[in-house]
Amino acid sequence: MTSLILRTATRFMLPILLLFSIFLLLRGHNEPGGGFTGGLVCASAYTLYALAFGVPATRKALAVDPRFLIGIGLLVALATGLLPLLFNEPFLTHRGHWTKLTIPGFGSFDLGTPLIFDLGVYLVVLGVTLTIVLPLAEEVT
Amino acid sequence: MGIAAAVFSGFLLAAATPAIYRLTQKAAGWALALLPLGIFAYFVGFVGSLPVTGVSVNFPWVPSLGLNVSFLLDGLSLLFVLLISGIGALILVYAGGYLTGHPHLGRLLAFLLMFMASMLGLVLADNLLTLFVFWELTSLSSYFLIGFDHERPQARSAALQALLVTSAGGLVLLAGVLLLGKAGSDLGLAAEQGLEISSLLTLGNSVGSHDLYLPILVLILGGAFTKSAQFPFHFWLPSAMEAPTPVSAYLHSATMVKAGVYLLARLSPVLGGTEAWLWSVTAFGTATMLIGGLQAIQETDLKRILAYSTISALGLLMLLLGLGSAIAAAAAMTFLVAHALYKGALFLVAGAVDHETGIRDVTRLGGLVKSMPVTALFAGLAAISMAGLPPLFGFIAKELTLEATLTSPARVLLTGVTVLVGMLSVAIAATAGVGPFIGRVLDTPRQPHEAPISLLLGPATLAALPLIVGLFSNLVDGPLLAPAVAATLQSRTATPLGLALWHGWNSALLLSNISLAGGVCLFLMRVRLRRYLSKISRWGPEQGYDLALEGLNGLARLQTRLIQSGNLRYYLLTVLATVGTVVGYALLTRVQLMPPGNWGDIRFYEAGLAILIALAIIATVRFVSRLAAIAALGVVGYCVALIFVLYGAPDLAMTQFLIETLTVILFVLVFYHLPPGVNLSGVPSRIRDALIALAIGSLMTGLVLLAVQTDVHTPISNYFIENSLSEGHGRNVVNVILVDFRGLDTLGEITVLAVAAVGVFALLKLRPREEKKQ
Repeated sequence: MTSLILRTATRFMLPILLLFSIFLLLRGHNEPGGGFTGGLVCASAYTLYALAFGVPATRKALAVDPRFLIGIGLLVALATGLLPLLFNEPFLTHRGHWTKLTIPGFGSFDLGTPLIFDLGVYLVVLGVTLTIVLPLAEEVT
Repeated sequence: MGIAAAVFSGFLLAAATPAIYRLTQKAAGWALALLPLGIFAYFVGFVGSLPVTGVSVNFPWVPSLGLNVSFLLDGLSLLFVLLISGIGALILVYAGGYLTGHPHLGRLLAFLLMFMASMLGLVLADNLLTLFVFWELTSLSSYFLIGFDHERPQARSAALQALLVTSAGGLVLLAGVLLLGKAGSDLGLAAEQGLEISSLLTLGNSVGSHDLYLPILVLILGGAFTKSAQFPFHFWLPSAMEAPTPVSAYLHSATMVKAGVYLLARLSPVLGGTEAWLWSVTAFGTATMLIGGLQAIQETDLKRILAYSTISALGLLMLLLGLGSAIAAAAAMTFLVAHALYKGALFLVAGAVDHETGIRDVTRLGGLVKSMPVTALFAGLAAISMAGLPPLFGFIAKELTLEATLTSPARVLLTGVTVLVGMLSVAIAATAGVGPFIGRVLDTPRQPHEAPISLLLGPATLAALPLIVGLFSNLVDGPLLAPAVAATLQSRTATPLGLALWHGWNSALLLSNISLAGGVCLFLMRVRLRRYLSKISRWGPEQGYDLALEGLNGLARLQTRLIQSGNLRYYLLTVLATVGTVVGYALLTRVQLMPPGNWGDIRFYEAGLAILIALAIIATVRFVSRLAAIAALGVVGYCVALIFVLYGAPDLAMTQFLIETLTVILFVLVFYHLPPGVNLSGVPSRIRDALIALAIGSLMTGLVLLAVQTDVHTPISNYFIENSLSEGHGRNVVNVILVDFRGLDTLGEITVLAVAAVGVFALLKLRPREEKKQ
């Protein structure tokens, strides 16, 4: 059994880190952040959880197989690239400005295909990291 | 539009075949044959009403490269399409009956459909690159079909052999095609039209005097000769007889091997007419014809006999195409049809005999006419057509062939060889088509009885047609064969060939009588002949292929043992040493490196960071405890991240921090099981490692200094900074570059990440059980 301090801290850290990772994803286009960083933070969050609670609990918390995430991420990124073909534009032409999402009290940000592409990148990075880390961690136990 | 639909419908049906097979089970062959039958009916509607220049359909894909998906239906392609779809329907029915109850029958039918669609695409293609794609698809489906019984190593190696030979030819063909496109654009064709066959045909034979003509000819001939099993690339075809008989009948007699013939017929207006064409194509064709015939007479396996005789027939077709005269083209088209019909029938009969009796050896088969009379009838008809006896179509084809060789340059030689091969063909026809059925009844593993309808429909149709067409040859002359000849010669009108059973007492008739008589003699002497000939032919190109493959494998084993010994440290050593030597040499001899100046500008925190990194590295190397060493390595990583912060790259720094954290964790997880405190390397290897490490480090330093000092272009970062907000709608230039400006690179990177993850997962999870205990 790992230390109590680690477990308690992780229980608090996990949601914060997850929120932080999504925060990084969303702000990537205008501020430092982006899909890669966000994905890595999320992966680190689950790695921390694995160190504290063990891999089976982590897999249950994750609820989906990391390999599945890789596939979904690649699919999302590719779909974003193929979307412009429907409008007779070359592959991967991004349309940055679809709508402006305004959440009252918080502010607004632009929604466009770069964000969806970044989401694909996020999912792939998350999936890849966890696919590598979790089996290794399972070897140890 | 219908043309494109005809091609692609085959692929769609092939994809749906597993489901259809589950529904129809025993009748799957009949059900699936409806598509080729439908295609056949659709294209029959074009017979007689096709304009001489044909009907074409064009879908631009990358016009600036001349890559379009375009199809052309003219006399030549129509002839082939009818052969492919008609025989295809019969083959599907036959395959359903031949392999009833086989667990993988659905797969075979799907592959057959895939092949048929690829072949249709090949003969209908108007763009040379489209043709190349379908060419390779036929090689691929042929690989699947030959290796269908993949549990047997002979089937696997035969499939591989066919794939390697035809794919190598395909690559050569691609090179030739690209050169031809270049020649076309040199001669005035627009970029989008440069690779369209219909445009190239308008150039006539001005290509023949272009500088690139000879390389183009050699390359395209290379492609055509490998596909059509010409000497010395003919050895894959007899091995391909490992495939189930319906496959052999379809691919390796009636359709796929004719692809090379089709290509040369299609391109003969552009590439033909020159001395080089005449001598090379004719020479190879003649040699192949002779070798095929001589080999065929030695074999005793029914399918191999027919395979070698197919090689011989292909050689004859090449010979005729090489001659290039109007009569030769007419002979070629006629013989093409005649051969497809009788050879297909003979293959199917061989399959039926094999299916019923269990053996394919002609020395052990006899008297089957009593137990399989209907099969014997059709076998006899096909054999008569092959032997070239009236009133069957084969006779007309043979007559035309002799007329063509009699009016050719070097007519004595060519006619002589043709007559000789004609004799051999008669003997082969008798051996394969008549021999097993006459004479004493011999014992066979299975009690033969008449073949079922599915196995009879094919031979019946394919054997009856030569009879019908032979008697009523003007049915095919004007509407079908004449346009094909016209397309081959690119003549303005399609004049009927004047096919008839009786052309008067001419030398052709005399010669065919001679070959008939000679052939009968050979057939009667066949056992002695076999013994005599087998003593002569020991060495051939197949041995060359085997030796080459063996040598390649041996070389691979040697270099693997040397360079990839399994020791990770040696891999790293090799890579680093090579890089260090090569790049270091270039750096020292070619470049003037200025030592960095302005030492006074260094801030105290920058110096502190550098010292910290140096200390951490020394600690990593000197610590005994592995965990401490890993922690020290982590310190180095974090310091690098701090450097990024100092230089104003927040995204990079964040990524570096995260990666370093994860790397440290990974190292800990990986090193967990290693035994503590074991020192595996002695002092000499440590000194060696230290030297190499220092060398590589200095090399990297030198490279960084060089990069900073060199001013080749204005940095592209200016463009990105200026346009990031206006066009990318983002203020974070780095992210906009990753996602937008260089989005394709990012897509590639995440794909590589995915592949790496799959690799790591496989390495971790897919190990045999025993190793896990260690």
